[in-house]
Amino acid sequence: MAGEPLPASGPGGTASIAMRSARRERLDRLLRWLRQNPLTTAGLVIILIMAILGLLAPLIAPYDPYALNPQDRMQPPSWQHLFGTGLFGEDIFSRVLYGTRIDFGIGIGAVIVGLLLGSSVGALAGFFGGKIDELAMRVMDMIAAFPGFILAMAIAGVLGPSIPNLIIAIAFVNVPVYARLMRARFLVIRGSTYALAARGVGASRWRILWWHLLPNSLAPIFVQSTLQFGWAILDAAGLSFIGLGVQLPLPEWGVMIGLGVPQIISGRWWISFFPGLAIATAVMGFNLIGDGLQDLFDPRTR
Amino acid sequence: MIVYVARRLLLLMPVLFGVTLITFVLTRIIPGNPIDLMVSPLAGPDVRARIAEAAGLNDPIWLQYVHYVVQVLHGDLGDSFVTSRPVLADLASRFMPTFELTLIAMLLAIAFAVPLGIAAAVWRDSWVDHLARLIAIAGVGMPVFWVGLLAIYIFYFQLHWLPAPQGRIGPFTDPPQTITGLYTLDALLAGNWSAFKASLAAVIMPAAVLGFAAMAPLARMTRAGMIEALDADYARAARALGLGARSVILRHAFRNAILPLLTMTAIVYGYLLGGVVLIENVFAWPGLGRYVFTAITSSDYPAIQGFILYSTTIYVLLFLLVDVLYVILDPRVRL
Amino acid sequence: MSAGSASPAAVSEAKQPMLQGSPASEAVAGDVAPLLSVEDLHVTFDTPSGTAHVLKGVNLTTAPGEILGVVGESGSGKSVTALSIVRLLRGAGRITSGRILYRGTDLVGLSAAEMTRIRGNEISMIFQNPRSSLNPVFRIGKTLREVLKVHEGLTGRAADARAMELFADVGLPDPASVLKRFPHQVSGGMAQRAMIALALASKPSLLIADEPTTALDVTIQYQIMMLLLRVREESGLAQIVITHNLGVVAELCGRVAVMYAGGIVEEGSTLDIFDDPRHPYTRGLLAARTHARAVGRLQTIPGQVPDLRNRPSGCPFHPRCAYARDICVEVAPPLESDGGHKVACHFSKEIA
Repeated sequence: MAGEPLPASGPGGTASIAMRSARRERLDRLLRWLRQNPLTTAGLVIILIMAILGLLAPLIAPYDPYALNPQDRMQPPSWQHLFGTGLFGEDIFSRVLYGTRIDFGIGIGAVIVGLLLGSSVGALAGFFGGKIDELAMRVMDMIAAFPGFILAMAIAGVLGPSIPNLIIAIAFVNVPVYARLMRARFLVIRGSTYALAARGVGASRWRILWWHLLPNSLAPIFVQSTLQFGWAILDAAGLSFIGLGVQLPLPEWGVMIGLGVPQIISGRWWISFFPGLAIATAVMGFNLIGDGLQDLFDPRTR
Repeated sequence: MIVYVARRLLLLMPVLFGVTLITFVLTRIIPGNPIDLMVSPLAGPDVRARIAEAAGLNDPIWLQYVHYVVQVLHGDLGDSFVTSRPVLADLASRFMPTFELTLIAMLLAIAFAVPLGIAAAVWRDSWVDHLARLIAIAGVGMPVFWVGLLAIYIFYFQLHWLPAPQGRIGPFTDPPQTITGLYTLDALLAGNWSAFKASLAAVIMPAAVLGFAAMAPLARMTRAGMIEALDADYARAARALGLGARSVILRHAFRNAILPLLTMTAIVYGYLLGGVVLIENVFAWPGLGRYVFTAITSSDYPAIQGFILYSTTIYVLLFLLVDVLYVILDPRVRL
Repeated sequence: MSAGSASPAAVSEAKQPMLQGSPASEAVAGDVAPLLSVEDLHVTFDTPSGTAHVLKGVNLTTAPGEILGVVGESGSGKSVTALSIVRLLRGAGRITSGRILYRGTDLVGLSAAEMTRIRGNEISMIFQNPRSSLNPVFRIGKTLREVLKVHEGLTGRAADARAMELFADVGLPDPASVLKRFPHQVSGGMAQRAMIALALASKPSLLIADEPTTALDVTIQYQIMMLLLRVREESGLAQIVITHNLGVVAELCGRVAVMYAGGIVEEGSTLDIFDDPRHPYTRGLLAARTHARAVGRLQTIPGQVPDLRNRPSGCPFHPRCAYARDICVEVAPPLESDGGHKVACHFSKEIA
């Protein structure tokens, strides 16, 4: 083969060799990055494990999360019940496992809704400017004037306790954050030579919006979202704890903690402990990822 | 300066109106008939009609809003369904316990967060920095009501160091004479040691738990602000002039790092405003949080509304205060 | 290299560079014990993509009362050298070997506390951007008072009087007003004068100035240069002036060291360097200057400054050198002296 020029295309060609080695190089770089950022990697691992456990809950949970077993009520952790049992003999371990689906689901749902709504508002405000921008930002200011949890409380209280309402309530709190983020990016990029060049070539405004401005704004949104996942779960748990979110018998972590409140004085710690540990682990995992991404994109904060 | 504050307050008006609007809208979309909440279900139609008229429920919606705003401006937040007292009076009587709790929580948070943040910035990437980062992540990650429960379990049930959650001072001690309304401070001022010990023992757990949650973002912000200051040209120039490391860190750098820290303090206080609802529930603390929690469970809408308006107004005014402080502390900010 | 921003005096190539007080500095090399002597200094920087050998065997001396210029492009290591002398390299930079002798004491081995005492008292440094070198939330006078307190032990009215005196000495009009101002309220020139006053407040013997005029207007540049010269006249302050501006060198410096890729490639009196540059790089730099009546294309040195993580073998300049030969690729030329004029080139004698 020596001396003979390789063809450009085709399976043995230079193009595909280049692509394969580019892919391997990307993989190497990814692995090296993961090794250099142990905290972020730890976060990713934690979240992945929890997500998998949640998805596999029907297969690995030893008990039905709704099954009541009054003879075994309020038993401390043992080999039969890894996390102990609650007021009605329900197995806390199984409930925590199933709870992953609920809390992760609410977290993801709230973030996605907030992101879509907020980014749209922000994108439109930043792109069109003028009166639209002013009005949109005024409304965003009004929403942002409320302390986060209190606004979510107000909305959830008004709409009634259910999972969709919880998602809406939490999402609403995040809307101004995303709006501001998107708007800032759009303002910067709109005035940049990049967009001007696209206009110069004759691209329509909508095309610029979709093909050029949006992809460039994704990075900070991504970072923000990973952090929001964690806070959304905290909000969901908090609201359910005070009775405004998910209701019994659904195995949501916050509700489960609430069940253990009157028991703590008598020393029955496990009823509240394990659901809370699940929350803490999940939120910490998301925060580790988010922090790591933040460091990646803005090394000044290291 | 006065002009500046007045001007900012004026600019805040639309925001505050927006807050009342949102609060009003929220109450009007409550599913169900508001009359049912105000009147016994046994009441006849003419009673209901009279109540509806009196409550202004037959007016067009915008007029209802105007009435609402006028009422609020007169300090009338309606009457609680549960206590039948004016909501404003209810809020006022429960203000002090919550204020004492949040004040001590913030003081604890700052006392720990600031040195930790400075140390993390000065010894960047050392074990101190990693420890600070871990503490910060833990503080933000752990649900505050869960930490409260754990604290009760460990410090009361296991170690017996602190009493069970039984209010601000426990059942065995009389509250001190009211000077400020803060039990700990009043007891101290009056030299009433038993009251001081009892009230401190009662407040320390919930305050520490809240403080732990608040500490995390404060420490991060201190660290970030200090890093930016220490990396800046003026810090290096100061060292080049032979000024000592301690002075450069604690005076030159910190004085600059304080500014973003102020804003973060206001944001953190926002967390606390929501956090008290959770913590006061866990610790049976007789403050605003407990009040609104009871209001939620008994659908006491005027009370909920009143609480939301109150906390949001405090939050907005707090940011105004931060802006004013910025004008004072940062010479680059022009009036 | 911005030769175009030379001061009015050094515009024409034919005109002799003006060397105020040059007789004193001409007699320098070898006669008097050097105030500062940097010996074979090596500095490395740890970057995420590898270790960069930023300074490779730098040798410099400064005699008492002389003004030494250090010229080079960005990335040549001039600022790193200066920061290494006062030991203010940021985290990733480390001095790996070499000595920095100040009045006989090796600064490299000193503790942090000892180094703090040296800074300001013995060696002071000023930087390129004067306004950002001042704390934005402190009045200028506050920093000055702190310096006076720490170094001279002056407080209260004595400190105030001295502060006024220092500011007047550097030519600041209305010193009392400047003391009360914040950095963003003064112009760049005033800020640099203030910085010089701050640097001199503790009466050091050596001032290191890293691009002191680069961020200033041309007319202000001239004033600052005159100020530095006057300070040297009046107090005998030795200075190391780092710059990429040959005009500044011509005005200010008695001797010059030319740096490239972390090493000194040529050193000598300003007169010698300008008249008889012996290193191809120096020749390229001088040829790249323009003047008011120049015609034709700008002369440039082809190529780029090398990536210090991947240094070229042998002589670091060989990839860009018109005279490079095989030995240049293999062996790094040592800095050889020829009666006070040092060059690091294998073929310096042949390049006429």
